[in-house]
Amino acid sequence: MSNREPLFSDKNRKLIFNPLGKNNPITVQVLGICSALAVTVKLKPAIVMALSVTIVLAAANVIISLLRNTIPTRIRIIVQLVVIAALVILVDQILKAFVYDVSKQLSVFVGLIITNCILMGRLEAFALGNKPWPAFLDGIGNGLGYGWILVVVAFFRELLGSGTVLGYHVIPDSWYIQNGGFYSNNGMMILPPMALITVAVIIWVQRSRNKSLIEENK
Amino acid sequence: MEHYLNIFVRSIFIDNMIFAYFLGMCSYLAVSKTVKTSMGLGIAVVFVLTITVPVNYLLENYVLKKGALVWFDESFASVDLSFLSFIMFIAVIASMVQLVEMVIEKFSPALYSSLGIFLPLIAVNCAILGGSLFMQERNFHNLGEATVYGLGSGVGWLLAIVAIAAIRERLRYSDVPAPLRGLGITFIVTGLMGIAFMAFMGIKL
Repeated sequence: MSNREPLFSDKNRKLIFNPLGKNNPITVQVLGICSALAVTVKLKPAIVMALSVTIVLAAANVIISLLRNTIPTRIRIIVQLVVIAALVILVDQILKAFVYDVSKQLSVFVGLIITNCILMGRLEAFALGNKPWPAFLDGIGNGLGYGWILVVVAFFRELLGSGTVLGYHVIPDSWYIQNGGFYSNNGMMILPPMALITVAVIIWVQRSRNKSLIEENK
Repeated sequence: MEHYLNIFVRSIFIDNMIFAYFLGMCSYLAVSKTVKTSMGLGIAVVFVLTITVPVNYLLENYVLKKGALVWFDESFASVDLSFLSFIMFIAVIASMVQLVEMVIEKFSPALYSSLGIFLPLIAVNCAILGGSLFMQERNFHNLGEATVYGLGSGVGWLLAIVAIAAIRERLRYSDVPAPLRGLGITFIVTGLMGIAFMAFMGIKL
């Protein structure tokens, strides 16, 4: 067993770190935007959502990767959906039991992890053709890549829109106009369209730093 | 009657699937390059939503809800299967899509060849599952309301994707900053359209 690949070889480390940057699921692969934007008004639901997706994705990747040689290709989509749906039900029940208020805020979006394109995308593209360990790392990497965008968007929307971070006030009370100051929360940031524009700004920053990601003008 | 019209208009303009909830964004971004294909996908979504929301409504109210199985036997009054709703809904959607595909293929080959590739994709479109989950959350009173809601949210989605496709066809000739090309500018345009759609908020019929 001396020629066995080490657990964290270069190749495996790439699986985790690539999706954080130049192969990010949201800004580059354009996967999983559906649920990403709607939960980013406040930081806390965004963090919970990011963790849930990471866990479901890693577990689904491992399960599908273990089954990859036994699934008939014709019915693989149904098999994938069943695996994902079972995991999502677990996560949903756990959230309802331990963080009920957050689970109410996330409402239908926990259920929508089932049809999150990241899951189907990674299962189809990676788990069906790789061993469980790399598949697990790929799941963690893509989940975190999805998560950090969520957290950044939610941080700015909560800070600028409500003047709080994780529910704590960070803007001093005396700054507000009604207390004789100069500052007022930007109510616009709470509205859904601003999530899109915030993500667009992240894409803009990322692509101007990394020119290879710029799309050709067709 | 007015009541149904209210639900219909609300689901198209105010609770628009794309602009208010970002559902079905993946296919919205991927397929909106030309008006023609986005029209095809949009019609398929309307079709599937109008069928799956009422079917899931029946499933929810006669099988899954707490005490919903009373019609079958009095002793089931305390059975609550609602934790199964995700898996049941997705199963209904996947099989409905398959069924719709077979029916269209049999009776209208022309429509089938124009929708062709989009139909199977719809099974994993978040807007479809989202429609059923919102239906569950809003507690509609009867089948009619649920059907109208399904139809309305489908039409809203169709409207959004056709509009963005038309804008993107024009955008090709404009001078967008290089890092924003493609994905970035589409996000910004969608955001601006969303802000425009917020003007409908508060409309009551």
